[in-house]
This record gives sequence, C-alpha cells and structure tokens, in this order.
Amino acid sequence: MGRYVIRRLLQMVPVFFGATLLIFLMVNVMGDPIAGLCGERQCDPATAAQLRKEFGLDKPVWQQYATYMGNVFTGDFGTAFNGQEVTELMGEAFPVTIRLTLVAIFFEIVIGIALGVVTGLRRGRPVDSGVLLLTLVVISVPTFVTGLLLQLLLGYKWDIIDPSVSTDARLDELIVPGLVLASVSLAYVTRLTRTSIAENSRADYVRTAKAKGLPRGRVIRKHLLRNSLIPVVTFIGTDIGALMGGAIVTERIFNIHGVGYQLYQGILRQNTQTVVGFVSVLVIVFLVANLLVDLLYAVLDPRIRYA
Amino acid sequence: MPATSYEAVMSAEPDTPGRLLDVRDLHVEFRTRDGVARAVNGVNYTVDAGETLAVLGESGSGKSVTAQAVMGILDMPPGRITGGEILFRGQDLLTMREDERRKIRGAGMAMIFQDALSSLNPVLSVGDQLGEMFVVHQGLSRKDAKARAVELMDRVRIPAAKERVGQYPHQFSGGMRQRIMIAMALSLEPDLIIADEPTTALDVTVQAQVMDLLAELQRELDMGLILITHDLGVVADVADKIAVMYAGRIVETAPVHDIYSAPAHPYTKGLLESIPRLDQKGQELYAIKGLPPNLMHIPPGCAFNPRCPMAQDVCRTDVPPLYEVNEQRGSACHFWEAAIHG
Amino acid sequence: MPEPRQNPHFDDPAHSAVAATGAGGAADLAMAEGETLEKAPGGPDGSGPADKPRSLWSDAWRDLRRNPVFIVSALVILFLIVISLWPSLIASGNPQSCDLAKAQQGSQPGHPFGFNGQGCDVYTRTVYGARASVTVGVCATVGVALLGSVLGGLAGFFGGASDAVLSRLTDVFFGIPVVLGGLVLLSVITSSTVWPVVGFMVLLGWPQISRIARGSVITAKQNDYVQAARALGASSSRMLLRHIAPNAVAPVIVVATIALGTYISLEATLSFLGVGLKPPTVSWGIDISSASPYIRNAPHMLLWPAGALAITVLAFIMLGDAVRDALDPKLR
Repeated sequence: MGRYVIRRLLQMVPVFFGATLLIFLMVNVMGDPIAGLCGERQCDPATAAQLRKEFGLDKPVWQQYATYMGNVFTGDFGTAFNGQEVTELMGEAFPVTIRLTLVAIFFEIVIGIALGVVTGLRRGRPVDSGVLLLTLVVISVPTFVTGLLLQLLLGYKWDIIDPSVSTDARLDELIVPGLVLASVSLAYVTRLTRTSIAENSRADYVRTAKAKGLPRGRVIRKHLLRNSLIPVVTFIGTDIGALMGGAIVTERIFNIHGVGYQLYQGILRQNTQTVVGFVSVLVIVFLVANLLVDLLYAVLDPRIRYA
Repeated sequence: MPATSYEAVMSAEPDTPGRLLDVRDLHVEFRTRDGVARAVNGVNYTVDAGETLAVLGESGSGKSVTAQAVMGILDMPPGRITGGEILFRGQDLLTMREDERRKIRGAGMAMIFQDALSSLNPVLSVGDQLGEMFVVHQGLSRKDAKARAVELMDRVRIPAAKERVGQYPHQFSGGMRQRIMIAMALSLEPDLIIADEPTTALDVTVQAQVMDLLAELQRELDMGLILITHDLGVVADVADKIAVMYAGRIVETAPVHDIYSAPAHPYTKGLLESIPRLDQKGQELYAIKGLPPNLMHIPPGCAFNPRCPMAQDVCRTDVPPLYEVNEQRGSACHFWEAAIHG
Repeated sequence: MPEPRQNPHFDDPAHSAVAATGAGGAADLAMAEGETLEKAPGGPDGSGPADKPRSLWSDAWRDLRRNPVFIVSALVILFLIVISLWPSLIASGNPQSCDLAKAQQGSQPGHPFGFNGQGCDVYTRTVYGARASVTVGVCATVGVALLGSVLGGLAGFFGGASDAVLSRLTDVFFGIPVVLGGLVLLSVITSSTVWPVVGFMVLLGWPQISRIARGSVITAKQNDYVQAARALGASSSRMLLRHIAPNAVAPVIVVATIALGTYISLEATLSFLGVGLKPPTVSWGIDISSASPYIRNAPHMLLWPAGALAITVLAFIMLGDAVRDALDPKLR
C-alpha cells in the first residue's frame, strides 16, 4: 500500500509540471502579459520595456516558468491586477468555491446515486425510461442555459431565491447554484450507477447471495451496492477538482465571487500571475483528488489492495 | 393444507418417507427480444435423503435452469415458470410466499456454483461471507458468526483457517475457493445440496479432492445431493442415479451402473461413446453429429431426431413419452428396446 | 500491484477533464457504460446457440432501424444539416438586418420568435445559428477522432516508451479543465471564424479518444486470432489495419457521436463566456449570451436559441446513445 501511494505521488509530479507549463505557455505566448498593466490605454514603448524587464519577461519562456515556479514554492504567487497579492485573492475566492463544490457534490451523491439505484434495479420499467430520458435532457442542455433558466424561474418569476448571491455566499444561497453546477455530473452519476447496478445485479456473486437466502434488502445493500459503487465513487472523486474548474460558468451567472470570478477577471485583464496561480492550484486540487480516488479505490476493492 | 411457512415446510413429513425433493412436470421459459426460449419442458425427478442424483447434459439442456428454479433464484423476468410443481419435503415451493421461501434457501437447501471466484463476492472477506449465513438465518453476533466461519473452514480442511478467515476470495487458490463455496452451502446443514458443475473450473488433480470432500460430507450429514455435470467420469463414482437431459427434457433416467452397461437412449449412448477410452487408442473419437437445438425452435417430435442415427419418421412427428424400461429406469425414445440391445 | 491504468474503471468518465467542466463529458460516459463492447452476452443456461453468425455491424443496423430514438434523432440531425447548408430554405430574412426600433419586441406576424436586443429577427438568427454549431461540432469531432485514434491506436499497438509518453501526455491534458483552458487560450484571439474554436477543441479533446482507442487496441491485440496472425508472420501494418483497427472502430464511433453533441454545447458555453465565436458569426451561444442580461424582461430572446441548442445537443447525444446500445450486445 505504501509503495502504491509513493508511486502515484511520483506519477503526479510530471503531470503537475506539464499542466502548469502548458497553461503558462498558453498565457504567455498567446497574450501580452503587460497589456493590462497600463490601464485602459497601450503602454508606451519605454514603459513597456521597463515593465518587461521588471517582470523578467525579456528572458526566455522556460526561464520565466522556472522563476515563477520557484516563487510559487516559496508561497509567492505574485500580484494581481489590482495590486492585491494573488494569495490574498485565493484566500477570498477558494472558500467560496469550495463551499459551492461541496453543495454540488452533495447533490451528486444523494440524488445521483439514489436515482441510479432505483433505475438500475428497475431496468426497462417506466421509471427507468423516464429518468434515463431526463438525464439525457440534463446532459444536453448546457449548464449556462440551465443556470439562466433556473435564475429566471426561481429568481425572477417565482421569487423563491435571490437571483444573485451575496458576497458572503452563505450555504443556503448556494443551493440552487450548487444544483446547477452539479446538474450534468449528477446525470452522469445517475447513469453510471444505473449501468453499474444493472451489470452487477447479474453477477454470479449476487446469485450466490440470493441462494444463501439473504433478504432482498441485504442482497442489494451488502453485496450489490458495495461493488457497484466503486466506479461511481471514482467518478465523484475526480469530479471534485473538475467541478471547481467548471464553476466559472455557474459563478458568472449567479454573480458568485469565487475562483471562477477571479479567474475571469484575471483573463479579461490578461494578468498572468492571477491566471497561472489560480490554474496551478486548481490543477493541484484535481491531481490530489485523483490520488485520493485511487487510494479510496484500493480501500474499496481488496483486489487492488492485495494484488 | 399447503404449507405456507418456512417452519411448516421444515417440520413437514413427506408422503414418501425420506423423499426430499419431487420435481413434477416443470416448465420454464425465457422471454427474450428475439422470441421465447423454452428451456425446461416437463422435467420430473426426485431426490431422497442421502441419495445422489446426477443430472447430465450439454449446456443449454436445461439442467442448470431446473436447478435454479428449484432454488428459486431464476431471474424472473426474463425467466418464467409456466407449469409444474416443486415439492420440497412434500410441500410445493412454487405456491409459497417469497419471504418464507427465502428462509428455506441456505437452511433447507443450498447450492454450490461452478466458478467459485465469480460466485464469491470479491470485496467481502470469506469470513464475512461465511458468517453471514449465521447472522441472517440464526441471528448470531458478528463475533460468534466469525468463530463459526473458522469452524466451517476447518471442516472443509482449509489450512490455517484462523489466519485466513479475514482474507478475500482472490487470495485463495481455485480448489480452496471451491471448498469455501462448499463450506458456505453446508453451513446450516441443509437437507439438500445442489452442486452445479462444482469441479468443472478446477484442475484435474483438485477435482477429485473436492468431489471426495463433497461426497464425504454428504454421507456424514445424510443430505440429498443433485450433481449437475456434463462429465460422465465424475458421475460414475459418486452418483446413485442419473437423469440425462436434452432440450429441456429428461430423455433417460436410470441407476448409475445400468446406464453405463446398457444405455436405453441413443443420446446417452452417444455421450458414453464420446468419452476417450484407452482401449480405443488410435481410433477416431466418436462425436454426436450436429448441434444442440435452438430452444426457440425445438424440432417437432423427438428433439434429438435431427442428430439421431436411429431416427425414423415417427421421431419427426411424435414426442416420445418417458417409456418405462423397468421399475427404476425410463427412456424417452420410441426405439429404446433397439437402443438398449444395440 | 496492477498498474491502475489497466483497470477498466480507469477509462470511465472519472478521468475526463471534459466531463469535469460540465460541458462535454458524454463521450466518456459512453465508454463507462459500454466498456466491454467485445464481451458476449452471458445468457442463461437455456439461451441456446444463435441461428447463424451475424456481424456486429449488420446486427447493430438491424437494431437501429427498429429503434425510435435513433430514427427521431437521425431525422433531427438530418434537418439540422440541411438548414445549416441552406438556411434560406426556411428563413427568408437576413440575420444581420436589424432594426433597433424593434429591439426586444415579442412575437408578431412574420416574426414568430420576436426580436432580439439589436432588433434582429430571432427566428432568422436561430435558423442561421445552426450552421456555426454544426460546423464546429462536425469539424472538431472529425479532428479529435482522427488525431486521437491515430495517436492512441499507435501507442496501444506498439506499447513501450511511446505508450508511456502518450499516457503521461494525456494525463497532462486531462489535468486542465476544458472551459478554463478555453478561456485562457481563446481570450486573445480576435478571428471571427470557427477555426480557432475547432483547433482548441481538437487540442484538448484528442486525449479522450486516444485513451479509448488505446484501450480497445490493447484488448484487440490480445485476441487469439491476432496472436495467431502475428505467429504466422503478418506485418505490423497489416495486423493493425486488417485485424485490430476494425475492432477498435466501434467504441471510437460511439464516443465520437456523443462527443459531437458535447462539442456543440462547449462551443455555446465558450461563446457565452465571450471567448468562443465572435460576431458577425451567427451563433446560438452568442445570442444567448447577449440576451442573458435581459432575461427578466425579454426571455424570448434567450429561450429560442437556447431551445434550438438543447435540441441539437440532445439529438446528437441520443444518436450516440442509440448507436452504443446497438453496438453493445451485453446491454440487450
């Protein structure tokens, strides 16, 4: 088990540097890092050269990346467009997005798995076909459309929620945005659980469990569910990092000042430090979530643990 | 009065003393998208305490489906029992309520499956899976159940049972896994065991050990045993009587030695002749020509007629009943007399 | 201890950054649900032998023709393709001719969907918007499928170092959430053609297909008849083309069909964020985005293009779903 963890950790290293380098290159090569620094107008050539030198932009890109990464490891993520430390922005933004993500994951687990189990056990019945069609619709309607529609209906028409989330982003305000963020993943969780349940319910060990004279509930809970949820848990785990990245759309619609909002601002003002910093942290979250999933996988499935 | 509860069945006294199981005219079909597959078409057999019935047949002959119907673990749908009775200790299981019938599974009758690796739950320890029988059926605590699991593992002669009780199925060898399956089936000392090809997935050397263990435990506990197999070699040593199945019907039934010396059905004859024998070394091995029938389109008349070397016109039109060869034997062949002497 | 990448569950949506963004993970879903396309159905003892062997494709086609979901989605897609080629067939107006005086007005004779914020006819723009979506979807899918299956197929076939490098590279790409990558990469592009968006999708989409192609090639490689061909001295290219590729094609087709729908959805999402297609290109995403501030007073400006978008994506995803069901005998 220990060696397994270490190997997974080592595998993360190149992926982390690869992904951050890719983002770094994208931002640097595609955009002009100092474009936003002189306010609305273009910088004059002298100031531009001065700024380039100051930020080390006259050096080759790989050297810039190395310097940046060196700084990151000492906790210095640089300065955002408004003069705030990027770390400070992160301190404000991440708690909000983490809360939003947790709400989304909660919905994924509770609603997604419940629907998946119900449909998986009733394959081909009306409930199954209905839910299946619904998941397809949810997957097909882009998140931003779902979000706008819910905002229109719940926020403006029926006045059930506040269409825009306050700066504290309280948990109760995040219920609808969390549902929107979760919607597509939730549909996936439902379908994945359904398939997994349906597949496993024909497994030999389920037949054995029936032959042992176990009550139906116990067959489902102890034998069927435990095996069927392994891939689902894997999906939800990796979805954590991904949801945080995908929160950008939801945060935009409901005006939530989280990671997506800050990133969007950073991109609009072409502030390299903000963008690369936030994305690097997101990549780390994604990788750590992946690692945790692999470990969880080993816990859930003894065949991996003892192989 | 029909028995409706588990207790009533387990204390019932069958009309014929010692008779555990009496399957009467059982019909099972599967409804699939492509049509109705008639898997079992009027099967009759009986098993008494301490008796071993071997059910023989190719895959698709309905031998496993019959067994699953007896156990009550058929997938329904697509499966459907369309007729017949399954009398266990004289009481019809098919008219019982599912929750009562459930209690009979494991306690009254148990089943051993072919592939122990896939039949055991991969994510639960063998101790959990064995102990579960006691937890569910007898309400034992987890701790007591575990102690019983170790006892069971000792009983089926798994070395170092105490240490291995917490291990998972994939950590055992094939033979050891099948011993665990046997231990699980025997845990509540049922009256009847159904073993569905229990040794097919094992190495030849291990096959004999597992078979001997099963036979020994059966004697010890005076259980009835249904041994489903396509391996005639296994049958000769352990079975008391044989039922040969073809296309969902029993085509021949007889005490074990009679069938080997003088088969009364051309299909049984073909099966026996396709066993390799040392004295026929160098000769071409006999094989029954053709394929088993498609269960959605079973041939009219005798289902075996397209493959039968003795087939006459009557075989293509009339379904042969199970003719009585003698008191203990039956053959579903219009020309059984020719078969038995030829 | 097994390499987790060889675990079947590893190719499920869990590891897709695309699924992650909520904009386009359906493709991986297809694999999660049909990950063992080659596995035969485990019927009951009485299932009996088949009448005669039928090929996977003719069997699938026979199934599809009987499937109403397939027929409906195929018809919708056919209709979409026709109007994206010849929008004037059903819309006589010009999507760019607008009258500010009519801005935000609702439905009226000759203008069933009303007018948008600039006073353009919403019906005409919705019809013309199909072209951008279909073009992006089809081009991105073709690009992703070609690049992904070639890279993944070769890596799976040759294994060794090239496989290891490719696997790490796919990990890197999966580490980047798609919408984020799109924001970063596309925010500086001013071109109003569809090509930057298509290029971006190919760049970030290929690992998804490559993983599936790699997996199915590795599975196919282990088939006995391929081993036999190797033993008989078949050349590498012959084995790849004649024995392995045909087996790997089915899962790639299924995933690509579903992915097409999600790329259309992704394009709209990017356009909504202001980094996808740009005016004067007529796109549902742009129209939804520019209508969203007025959602309260003039929801019709948003609902029509959003509805068209949803139906389009739904059609492709349902088509992919139907194709998967047909190609996966295990689910019958």
